[in-house]
Amino acid sequence: MLHTLVAYVEDKPGVLNRIASLFRRRAFNIESLTVGHTEQLGVSRMTIVIDGSQTSVERVEQNLYKLVNVLRVDDVSSLPAVVRDLALIKVKTSPQTRSEILQLAHIFRARIVDVSKTTVILEVTGDENKIEATIEMLRPFGIVEMVRTGVVAMVRGPGRFDPAEVAAWASATRKPGERDANSNISSSV
Amino acid sequence: MQLKGAQIIWECLVRKGVKVVFGYPGGAILPAYDAMLDYPIHHVLVRHEQGATHMADGYARASGTVGVAIATSGPGASNMVTGIATAMMDSVPIVCITGQVGSKVIGSDAFQEIDVTGITLPITKHNFLVTHPEEIAQAIREAFFIAESGRQGPVLVDITKDAQQASAEFEWDDTPVRLPGYRPQHRPQSAELQRAADLINNAQRPLILAGHGIIMSSGCGEVLAFAERTDTPIALTLLGLGGVPASHPLNLGMMGMHGEAWVNSAIQQADLLLAFGMRFDDRVTGNLQTYAVNAKKIHIEIDPSEINKNVNVDVGIVGDLRETLLELLPYVAERKHAEWRAHIDGMKGEVAVRDIQYLPDSGHLYAAHVINDLWRLTKGQAIVVTDVGQHQMWEAQYYKHEQPRTLITSGGLGTMGFAFPAAMGAKFARPDTEVWAIVGDGGFQMTAAELATAAQEKIKINVAIINNGYLGMVRQWQEFFYERRYAATPLRNPDFVKLAEAHGLVGIRVTKRAEIPSAYEAALAEPGTVLVDFRVEQEDSVFPMVPAGADLHAMIRRPSPLAETAADP
Ligand SMILES: Cc1ncc(C[n+]2csc(CCOP(=O)(O)OP(=O)(O)O)c2C)c(N)n1
Ligand SMILES: [Mg+2]
Repeated sequence: MLHTLVAYVEDKPGVLNRIASLFRRRAFNIESLTVGHTEQLGVSRMTIVIDGSQTSVERVEQNLYKLVNVLRVDDVSSLPAVVRDLALIKVKTSPQTRSEILQLAHIFRARIVDVSKTTVILEVTGDENKIEATIEMLRPFGIVEMVRTGVVAMVRGPGRFDPAEVAAWASATRKPGERDANSNISSSV
Repeated sequence: MQLKGAQIIWECLVRKGVKVVFGYPGGAILPAYDAMLDYPIHHVLVRHEQGATHMADGYARASGTVGVAIATSGPGASNMVTGIATAMMDSVPIVCITGQVGSKVIGSDAFQEIDVTGITLPITKHNFLVTHPEEIAQAIREAFFIAESGRQGPVLVDITKDAQQASAEFEWDDTPVRLPGYRPQHRPQSAELQRAADLINNAQRPLILAGHGIIMSSGCGEVLAFAERTDTPIALTLLGLGGVPASHPLNLGMMGMHGEAWVNSAIQQADLLLAFGMRFDDRVTGNLQTYAVNAKKIHIEIDPSEINKNVNVDVGIVGDLRETLLELLPYVAERKHAEWRAHIDGMKGEVAVRDIQYLPDSGHLYAAHVINDLWRLTKGQAIVVTDVGQHQMWEAQYYKHEQPRTLITSGGLGTMGFAFPAAMGAKFARPDTEVWAIVGDGGFQMTAAELATAAQEKIKINVAIINNGYLGMVRQWQEFFYERRYAATPLRNPDFVKLAEAHGLVGIRVTKRAEIPSAYEAALAEPGTVLVDFRVEQEDSVFPMVPAGADLHAMIRRPSPLAETAADP
């Protein structure tokens, strides 16, 4: 079963490296990992998808907690959550196939974001299953290029994360005299 | 007050109570070395940065406080890697400070640039790259806090040369360190304690497995109190030795690959294992599939990621061992396990007959005799630092430690070359205690350059070289598992007595058991470091032995009558 972990981490140089290094060293297999900013300067948020049949989710959580820069880890797999992945798919088109592709796009609520004589780019958002299904339907037409962002997740309703807690982390991580980490580059974590 | 970054480093170390640092200078750390002269900290000039890290490690293990090593960028920093990894595997609190090239040229392959924070990422508990003088104090404060709290470990602080040269306002912050993502304290829940107590109160054949954690948490007294209250025998890991007095009737001795057969058999027969501050390393479990299959298991451990890592347990309690035992004690009933203990005693009997230490002097010098005699002569009171190999296992078997922190050895990484520098570090921590390094002829040569450091520092330690002319432990595996094909294990050694003398130190050679007491007296009388070259039996092996990955109860037992080598030609 796939597990989705949400981790809050300090936005400091090298943090992504620490996490990647941990996964490699402990031979943890990850399906997807995304990083981005949160509403708080100095705090980033990661969504990590793991195949629980190959890697113990509990061990991943415990080992993440051992990293000093990891603030909080939650397994949201069993909670009602909005889970989204975004794909850009460039598909071959011809006058004969174009309308069929547009129809498929409509069914999957994909947006056409670029059209040329021989290709279109579809932008599709959804959970992994929906993206997979879209790709499968488009494959016969010939996929020229594809890119996916990886999964991001957020629990529905008032949520698990107390904004005050996140704010407290942010103030604690930003010490007097410390310069802002490259706050507009998400890869700085 | 405005200070140079270089000065801030020493201001911080002085405030952290550091009296001695072990290091080696170079370009990128030169500003710090220049500033050092104005501070009341003794610097030990090693001969290789690996030595500095092992000395800091030995210092930390002997004292229970943080050891500090310092080196320059590039090769200085990379030479520290083995020592850092050694400290990491055994959870030893050391802080390593390295110089780094100027922050403006980081990433440009500048002269002696090395990404040491990248290299040491998986072998440090945490590390820092500091590029501004105003960040130095905070980084060093956090480094010490992280190194000595929770599951202890090495922390590296890499400081660029320009950060050392530039000035910043320095004000020592004495408030507790706040790291929002770092929560080393865990309080056990009463429900967990109750579940553990239920198992303990109902066990018929309980056994405590005690590891390094009992020493690191200063919980040795609590372990004994628990064992006595519940009448539970104790088996120790290599790094747990000394945590429970060897002479205590409940102490069975060392478990695992070279543990005595009765200890491993007791583990396999127990109905409850209480793992206290140990991590079920493969060297103590053997084949996991057949490991203690009949036992329920309780694991008390400070690091949550160790619970259920190698062995699945029935109750896992995360917490400082000492504090957890203090909380657990009121839940457990007083017990008597006379039958179980008598059963274990029964298993001991036959082993003693085969044991080398009871053999009469046949004119051959056995390592076991050397170590057992050293134990008698030092009255078991010395700090013994061992290297890695056969002599390490014989020491664990034949030197009976009564006090915690009197056996210092590289357990997790098994680092040859560790003992000699670590023994020097231990001596700096405990100058009034007799310190013996027990080393193999192979491993000693890995860090023998530190003889010059010992001479320069005029420090007094005693080095017992268990000279068998082989990389003995590897030779033993070749004998047992590779048809005696001795590939690259015979050693042609230097004359160790002359080597000592070349450093202005004293060397003594011992070839017969009868010479051991006089050699010991001579070593003790000498004010400086002494090398004693014990020419022991060459093809002797460590028994008993659980071959790697074999079932714990399937041991290769001591041959009987013992070792053909004992028979005179
Ligand atoms: C740095 C390092 N390299 C290799 C080994 C593998 N190794 C383990 S024990 C051993 C032999 C040690 O020989 P010696 O120091 O003479 O001790 P003895 O076993 O003979 O007592 C070797 C090579 C190691 N543990 N550490
Ligand atoms: Mg040897």
